[in-house]
Amino acid sequence: MRDLLLCPPDHYGIEYEINPWMSRARGADTPLVQAQWRGLHEKLVSLGCNVQLVPPKPKLPDMVFTANAGLTVGKKFIPSNFRHKERAAEAPLFADWMEQHGYEIVWLPEDQFFEGEGDALFAGDALFCGYKFRTDVSAHRTVGEIFNCLVISVELVDPRFYHIDTCFCPLTDGGAVWFPAAFDEYGQRAIRNHVPNLIDVVEEEAAHFSCNAVVLEREVVLPEGAPQLMKSLGERGFNCHPLPMTEFLKAGGACKCLTMLMPQRERADLPWTTLPAPA
Amino acid sequence: MPTETIELRGHIIDSLILPKVLDEIIACGSTFKIGEIRIGENRTDQSFARIEVDAPSADELDQLLLRMRQHGAEVTEKKSVRLAEAPADGVYPERFYVTTNQQTFVQLDDGEVEVKPALMDSAIVVDPKAKTAQPVKFYGVKRGMQIVVGHQGIRVVPLQRSTARADVFGFMSSNVSIEKPKSAVIREMAREFKRSREENGRILVVGGPAIVHTGAAEHFEKLIEWGYIHLLFAGNALAVHDIENALFETSLGVNLEHGALADQGTQNHMRAINAVRAVGGIKQAVESGLLTRGIMYTCVKNGVDFVLAGSIRDDGPLPDVITDAIEAQKAMRAKIEGVTIAVMMGTMLHSIAVGNLLPANVKTLCVDINPGVVTKLADRGSFQAVGLVTDIEPFLRELTDFIAADR
Repeated sequence: MRDLLLCPPDHYGIEYEINPWMSRARGADTPLVQAQWRGLHEKLVSLGCNVQLVPPKPKLPDMVFTANAGLTVGKKFIPSNFRHKERAAEAPLFADWMEQHGYEIVWLPEDQFFEGEGDALFAGDALFCGYKFRTDVSAHRTVGEIFNCLVISVELVDPRFYHIDTCFCPLTDGGAVWFPAAFDEYGQRAIRNHVPNLIDVVEEEAAHFSCNAVVLEREVVLPEGAPQLMKSLGERGFNCHPLPMTEFLKAGGACKCLTMLMPQRERADLPWTTLPAPA
Repeated sequence: MPTETIELRGHIIDSLILPKVLDEIIACGSTFKIGEIRIGENRTDQSFARIEVDAPSADELDQLLLRMRQHGAEVTEKKSVRLAEAPADGVYPERFYVTTNQQTFVQLDDGEVEVKPALMDSAIVVDPKAKTAQPVKFYGVKRGMQIVVGHQGIRVVPLQRSTARADVFGFMSSNVSIEKPKSAVIREMAREFKRSREENGRILVVGGPAIVHTGAAEHFEKLIEWGYIHLLFAGNALAVHDIENALFETSLGVNLEHGALADQGTQNHMRAINAVRAVGGIKQAVESGLLTRGIMYTCVKNGVDFVLAGSIRDDGPLPDVITDAIEAQKAMRAKIEGVTIAVMMGTMLHSIAVGNLLPANVKTLCVDINPGVVTKLADRGSFQAVGLVTDIEPFLRELTDFIAADR
């Protein structure tokens, strides 16, 4: 059973603009927000997850995106250092909650921006970290030292895909789903060098945040609007659970952004897959 | 070129950050040198690279560094040079830095300045207020001057021989060999002379009396008349033998036409010296009509500057000869700015002396019948010198022929 951290969307809304998806002129529909979030929560519970909730705080609308709280490996939690001051106040709240729940908190140096699981995803034998828009390469180094793991730093080049979890989604069979054009040429090569059995997502589906999926063994919880990807995943033996995420897309987030894995991995220094690689 | 040193660390090999950074440096017209690299041995080990980046301009360097920082590059802090006061006039402080003839920069607290001019075997005096650094010889040192000590904060830009164009200085090393294809070297030298003229360069000739003895004066005079020579450094002997030849048609008493010792010829050089002393100098000898031909005459007539430096075995010397060695060095140094080519012919003493004054980027050709001269020149620091082992007359004859053929 996976432990997951979610945050109810009580204070969620489009109150500032820090990515190309956000527009204060196009606010979120509150009842729909609640319904979509509940849909995700129920789906994750129904898939056997132990979902825990961190209390939301007023004036922190993006706290709902718990993937950006930090990165958890075993019982160690590295809180984020948010690049935008609008989100900076979330970090101590998440850290306090994690500490109260028995996690060891390891802070990064203040001058190293890092946005948690949003920019740090384990795949196969390495931790893949995105940089440029939100997270600094220097933070990748420190995270690699803390967890003693291989970090593949990849540059993100499309501002719509500002976190690595918006364009790259590791699968439990060692492969991954990705939108290659979100990475520069070197990042694409680095990913191809290290990840076998990649599933490319077409731009139209990537724009629906199809890569922003929660993968639990054979179950993939992803936003609606990715028929081609669902077909590919089905052929690989995964069961897809499409959910409406329109209200969270308005802030540049979806299923994965709303979910933090506690932990993402038990140990960072060992290759980890739960399913056999595709034949 | 403006330069900075950056450091990269992390999984820069697996992430392809190192090749990306190097590619970006090249793509923007900059160059790099990897100072140090350590590759992690285990999968989780991080790697490290220290890279020196040279950009075409300060602006381009700034922009490049901005991009490099995004890839995690850290710009290493430059340490300033260490300074110590000169303890007395004419004495450097202990551990003073000894210059080479290569372009050198020193890091001061608020930026890097070039040590100008590039002069070997000196110390560097820094004026922190004026933000200047210059080489200083022993005699120029005054007590309390701020002199660079140790090696910290000093950057020497090694001379890059041209790889784009296979010129005589590009493909020849200073290894002296009498086997070298002389004609090819001389033809290439003629091209260098022309290039230098097209680029408004200045050509310096350092000459010994062998130019006169070997009967090469007429060729040399042609080069002066054609405007190829801008500066002549020599000793008393070249001028004396040239003037003796002009006045008496002998060089050290030997008739250059017939090769025979003239009657009373051994006295001719003394009489020549006396004649010039009587009118006050070489220029006056030309103006008074006493001197009507020869190398020195042609120099005066064509406005070619010359410095004659004395030595202990000089006869006379001529009034123009500077007998104080330090004053002579100063006089030569004052005139070498802008020199692009130096041709040293038939004089070991003056070749080494001038070699010591020249920056390494001056293309230097040493022509001597004795291979030891070129070796010695290179061994004393003028590593850029290219040697040609031949008699002076055939060298200058062929050089003028090649130049004349293209005129």
